Amino acid sequence: MSDLTATQRLALIREKGRPTVRDYIPALFTNFLELHGDRHFGDDAAIIGGVGMFAGKPVTVLAQVKGRNLEENKQSNFSMPHPEGYRKALRLAKQAEKFHRPVICLVDTPGAFCGIEAEKRGQGEAIARNLMEFMTLRTPIISIVLGEGGSGGALALAVCDELAMLENALYSVISPRGFASILWKDASRESEAAELMKITAEDLVRFGVCEHIIDEPDGGAQTAPDLTAESIGDYLADAIPRLKALDTETLLARRYDKFRKIGVFAEE
Amino acid sequence: MALEDLFKVVKDRSKADTKPKTDAKTKKPAAGVEIPKGLLFKCPRCGTVVYRDDFERNKSVCSSCNYHARIGYRERLEMTVDKGTFVELDPGLASLNPIEFPGYEDKIAELQASCGMKEAVITGTCKIHKYNAVIGIMDSNFMMASMGSVVGEKITRAFEYATEHKLPVVLFTASGGARMQEGIISLMQMAKTSGAIARHSEAGQLYVTVMTDPTTGGVTASFASLGDIIIAEPKVLIGFAGRRVIEGTIKQKLPDDFQSAEFMLENGFVDMIVERKYLRPTLSKIFRTHNYTRAEEYKGGAGA
Repeated sequence: MSDLTATQRLALIREKGRPTVRDYIPALFTNFLELHGDRHFGDDAAIIGGVGMFAGKPVTVLAQVKGRNLEENKQSNFSMPHPEGYRKALRLAKQAEKFHRPVICLVDTPGAFCGIEAEKRGQGEAIARNLMEFMTLRTPIISIVLGEGGSGGALALAVCDELAMLENALYSVISPRGFASILWKDASRESEAAELMKITAEDLVRFGVCEHIIDEPDGGAQTAPDLTAESIGDYLADAIPRLKALDTETLLARRYDKFRKIGVFAEE
Repeated sequence: MALEDLFKVVKDRSKADTKPKTDAKTKKPAAGVEIPKGLLFKCPRCGTVVYRDDFERNKSVCSSCNYHARIGYRERLEMTVDKGTFVELDPGLASLNPIEFPGYEDKIAELQASCGMKEAVITGTCKIHKYNAVIGIMDSNFMMASMGSVVGEKITRAFEYATEHKLPVVLFTASGGARMQEGIISLMQMAKTSGAIARHSEAGQLYVTVMTDPTTGGVTASFASLGDIIIAEPKVLIGFAGRRVIEGTIKQKLPDDFQSAEFMLENGFVDMIVERKYLRPTLSKIFRTHNYTRAEEYKGGAGA
């Protein structure tokens, strides 16, 4: 297991050369076909959606697209989806439900995009709708956080039966920088915030948010992308049949309970 | 007038111009008159200043621009439910400190004392025009009604109660969003509450959201946006991202009406804007058109 601090992991997942879904999708799925558009407004390049085969069985893939260089990042808006991205994801998730295939979500985003157009088209509503619809989607959902799991923008693809995280991935309510800037009015205390916020995979296992940690090679996924993809593949090969074996009512009851029990409070 | 005096006048004027522009339009008495603090209310939207008594008699609505100001849960209960019908659910829930954020417990204790409530939302059963309903009221006085474990848990339980008892839910939303001080646990409350709403919805029950000032962040991105019918109060702030965050991204100033109730209506995200004074009859109409029946004949009268 990683002995890196949250700050070190934060630096590591931001390194150039860390594999993205553009590397993982071809490595993990065969016969992949990308499907575009939300059927209402447009297509959002920050989320790739499509169908493919995993271990000989069809799956639906929903993936947030970090760029490997500036050009790719411009194209996919630095993996910050607009409402139409979340609505495309929902459309394809519903399609997966119809054809009884599992949904694999690859989460890697600093957060949902914050801008005028995103507000006009209902960023809040789009995320909310996904949370509610994914909770009752009658097919298995597996989410894997690859790097950054940023806030509601990540959660909109992470209401699932099982959440896995790459060893160095982080998942948080807000970026450490945002946390420092809001609570201490000092964005430069980013590193202090990262340590305090409890956002590593191990922290999230402890909170009951994450079920499984996928090993990364020493130095992170970027040192051996193929090996990392293989580890993700091993996890999926185990998780998919396990979840498919459950009858739908059990699956949904378990999914509800997974989130239902998260909360820390006192009761008189 | 000597030339230098003329300059002085101009200088004074320009000084006056740099003051908050609202001062000029207000009915504020001349400087030097002592006004006890709290006697006046200054509208944050249009800057009009009125006597607080008049403002409160007007259900805390600005008489000049119709901004529906923030109110505490007691005032809201009193103007919404039939007198004496409110029974609180889960009054004993209180926050702990899941990520050990320094000073969080003290802050909570302070707010509990000053607000007279344990957490930022009050839930319970009530009658509205004699219709039985589950009601939830978020109170922005309590840490901007941000959503942590307790807010998420109480709202989830309220929906579970309503599902079990076949009751409609009316939620008055107001929030700055997820409560940062509880880290990832607060984010998970968005999923938890949305799950409970899904079950309530699948059971065929009605959920009405009333968006009040301000409804933002993780609350907009979860239960606030999931009502079968979404009502907003006039002139309130509704949005996902913070205004300053967007201004920082696009490097320009946003128009004043951006993220207002009216903006959300125009863009298709709320069903209607309803003034406070018409809310009870509107809810009553909605219950009726959803086949809920009155417990007994309604003879009028609000008040918790």
